[in-house]
Amino acid sequence: MLVLVTLLFLGVCWRINLWFGFVAKIQFLPAVLSFNVIVVLLLLLLTLLFGRLYCSVICPLGIMQDCFSWLHGRFKKNRFSYSPEKKWLRYIVLGVFVVLLIIGVTPVTTLLAPYSAYGRIVNSLFKPLYDMLINGLAHYEASHDLYHFSEAEIWMRSVTTFVVAIVTLLALAVLAWRHGRTYCNTICPVGTFLSFFARFSFLKVHFDADKCKQCGLCEKNCKASAIDFKNMKVDYSRCVVCGDCLEKCSFDALHYGRMPKPAVAPEPKEEPVDEGRRSFLIGAGLMTAAVATAQPKIKVDGGLAVIEDKVVPERKTPITPPGSISAQNMRHHCTACQLCVSACPNNVLRPSKSLMTFMQPEMSFERGYCRPECTRCSQVCPTGAIRRITPEEKTEVHAGYAVWLKDNCLPLTDGVSCGNCARHCPTGAIQMVDSEGVKVPSIDTQKCIGCGACEHLCPARPFSAIYVEGNVMHHLQ
Amino acid sequence: MDRREFIKHLGGAAVAASLLAACRKPETPDPGVTALDGQGSMTYRTNPNTGDRVSLLGYGMMRLPVEAGGTMREHPDSPINQELVNQQIDFAIERGVNYFDTSPAYCQGKSERSTGIALSRHPRDKYYLATKLSNFSPASWTRQASMEMFENSLKELKTNYVDYLLLHSIGMTTDELDGMEVFNKRYMDNGILDWLVEQKKKGRIRNLGFSYHGDVTVFDTLLRWHDEGRYHWDFVQIELNYLDWHHADEINTRNTDAEYLYVELNKRGIPSVIMEPLLGGRLADLPDFIVKRMQEREPETPPARWAFRFAGTPKGVLTVLSGMTYMEHLVQNVVTYSPLRPITEEENEFLMQVADEIYNLKHIPCTTCCYCMPCPYGLDIPTIFAHYNKCVSEGNVPNPDHPTATYKKARRTFLIGYDRSVPKLRQASHCIGCRQCVSHCPQSIDIPAEMQRIDEYVEQLKRS
Repeated sequence: MLVLVTLLFLGVCWRINLWFGFVAKIQFLPAVLSFNVIVVLLLLLLTLLFGRLYCSVICPLGIMQDCFSWLHGRFKKNRFSYSPEKKWLRYIVLGVFVVLLIIGVTPVTTLLAPYSAYGRIVNSLFKPLYDMLINGLAHYEASHDLYHFSEAEIWMRSVTTFVVAIVTLLALAVLAWRHGRTYCNTICPVGTFLSFFARFSFLKVHFDADKCKQCGLCEKNCKASAIDFKNMKVDYSRCVVCGDCLEKCSFDALHYGRMPKPAVAPEPKEEPVDEGRRSFLIGAGLMTAAVATAQPKIKVDGGLAVIEDKVVPERKTPITPPGSISAQNMRHHCTACQLCVSACPNNVLRPSKSLMTFMQPEMSFERGYCRPECTRCSQVCPTGAIRRITPEEKTEVHAGYAVWLKDNCLPLTDGVSCGNCARHCPTGAIQMVDSEGVKVPSIDTQKCIGCGACEHLCPARPFSAIYVEGNVMHHLQ
Repeated sequence: MDRREFIKHLGGAAVAASLLAACRKPETPDPGVTALDGQGSMTYRTNPNTGDRVSLLGYGMMRLPVEAGGTMREHPDSPINQELVNQQIDFAIERGVNYFDTSPAYCQGKSERSTGIALSRHPRDKYYLATKLSNFSPASWTRQASMEMFENSLKELKTNYVDYLLLHSIGMTTDELDGMEVFNKRYMDNGILDWLVEQKKKGRIRNLGFSYHGDVTVFDTLLRWHDEGRYHWDFVQIELNYLDWHHADEINTRNTDAEYLYVELNKRGIPSVIMEPLLGGRLADLPDFIVKRMQEREPETPPARWAFRFAGTPKGVLTVLSGMTYMEHLVQNVVTYSPLRPITEEENEFLMQVADEIYNLKHIPCTTCCYCMPCPYGLDIPTIFAHYNKCVSEGNVPNPDHPTATYKKARRTFLIGYDRSVPKLRQASHCIGCRQCVSHCPQSIDIPAEMQRIDEYVEQLKRS
């Protein structure tokens, strides 16, 4: 599962996304947000039957923590101990989470959601490394005239998201290294929610009082700190049914199966855990503005003009990808997992920096534009924030509209003929018209779908002479 | 140590010893020793004006190697690899090459200095220097700037005379001006041509000529002046190869067949210096089916050799310029002309057939001279054309309207190769059609039109 989800985020092969896209769609929170009743019911049923198996085999963040914990376990055996459940913390987090989810305050919910946290880690931290590897292979291939790998552009889509991913990874790594599944059992709202059902699960790990020799090996190997061997009790709200205890028990005193008699968990202790997820207030602008080349006195052959980087224009309404229906729909459904960002082959999507839509995808066209044949973000989105659309349907979605900025337009500023925006508009929304003796673009906003081809291909730099404003709700034709 | 191991060590030592021996020997690496074994000596042609004995192979200093590898086209910011230039020039001179052709515009203006450094290590009477009064930017069209350009060439080349001085690339047009108008503005109105004639009288220029591309009126007019005794041309540099012999005007109506140019010069006894014998390497890098036909005749002859033999065969040719970046190319060309094996009538027939086939490929006739560069909007024009032509040669320009069995693979090769060879921001889609490049192209390619054609094709491929 971990491997599959990672492959999805790395974008190893589009076919993998097509075949195994479901692993993102069976994640609990995405399923809830996309109103995927079937998946939600199945997951609840799974929990009712087997306990929190979800946390052990489906949730990639859980498995990732197990990896850290396992690493530590190789050096230090029997390092866990029982700690009572911190109910107040769990319920407060869950309560706040649900309330915020309902009223649509996403920054906090996206931070806490386990699947999204994992997605961000892979997309921000591992994908660049993977891309470097692929670029290396592509480079090697190029000298052999082979064409399997296309090179990826590696760039910082958002510093804040990057920092969030690093902090998340470090915090989880430290927690998992020291205490195993602390996050899952004290913070994770999905874990807490599932634990309501896990308490009553059909199959459970339970003690055989007759066989138990009170050696404590089970407790020392429970990464969920859920076993209290002295009282021969297991906290089912936290047990993730990993089975480590069953393996460790030399006396066959632990069984996974139907419970002979029910048991309840006792009172809390231990100090509260510092999540360390707050320190991320970092300025955004990383754009390196380049200088235009000075024309040499004698015209010589060769050379490449320096291309000044484009600057993201200030859009009154952010543009959300076709299929997302509206900014509101996006805000309510997206868990900011970054799967669409990593799937976007045109470098259009990037995580938002604004507070209310923190880390949710938005479009901008400095490195490419939303190509008409591409619907990849809509195919991968597990939460219904971007609904599935076909390329044909996409032609009818007006995600935004182009705005002409006369002051930047080259025919007027430099006196050259241009028309690159009109030439590349896929819907023919731009026509070149005579004005003051030169041809300038005129936009039919009715036809404009907000794909950004004009903005991206406009030669004016760093600010394009034509840019796209988002539609609050996408217009359909 | 058992016996087997001992033998292994012995073998290793032997290899090491032979490697050492191999390393010690040459000061200039000589990868072509075997190729040159049993070769005769370089073919020379005599300049009727001065009696210069000029090697048939001339060294074009336009595509010099750079430190980052390849030429400045691949690595525009990399400095020239002077060590390699020195080695190659030493080797060339040793093998009898004595004509070196540079320009103030070549290698982003750095060619002359590099040429000067390399050649000044040899006695001045061992080689002939050719450079040009270049003309690309109207800023250099004033009398003062032109005189400075010539003086600067002497300085860079560390000499006090130039053996062959050319008016650079006459016949070029702009969207507004025809060839004669550009020529007059550049060389006549400022009196610079007369100044050059004066310099020739002073002995600072030994031969005065011009290189020609484009508008044939200018070529004809200048030859008429020659006939009338108004100006005397000691030599003329023209583009000549087996493709342009008959096809130049078909490839582009603004150009003229090499046959006409050569015959006109030969008639007057003006020696021809040949440029673009390989069309910027295009005639060395041919599609497989053409290479196969060539190798069926002569399995060991590289395609480039056919082109060089063709260019060197006409008797009125003084020298054939080759912009040799790599030592291996230099060796190959030295072999080709040591001595020249002239093209027979039957072989000529064969090459004319090959030319028809190449013509039918409809390559974009770019020779990657890079005169169009830098494009103010950042495009990498020659690389875009090179990629397109490569795909044409290799059959990777599929038709999206009629997909064949290999369509998917060809499409992938075209698109991935495109992104690999040209960064996205330098691709054809960014051409705004400002037409600044058009007047700089010696091949008279309508660059913006071709860019838009390639862009539309890429768009079609992407959408299919």
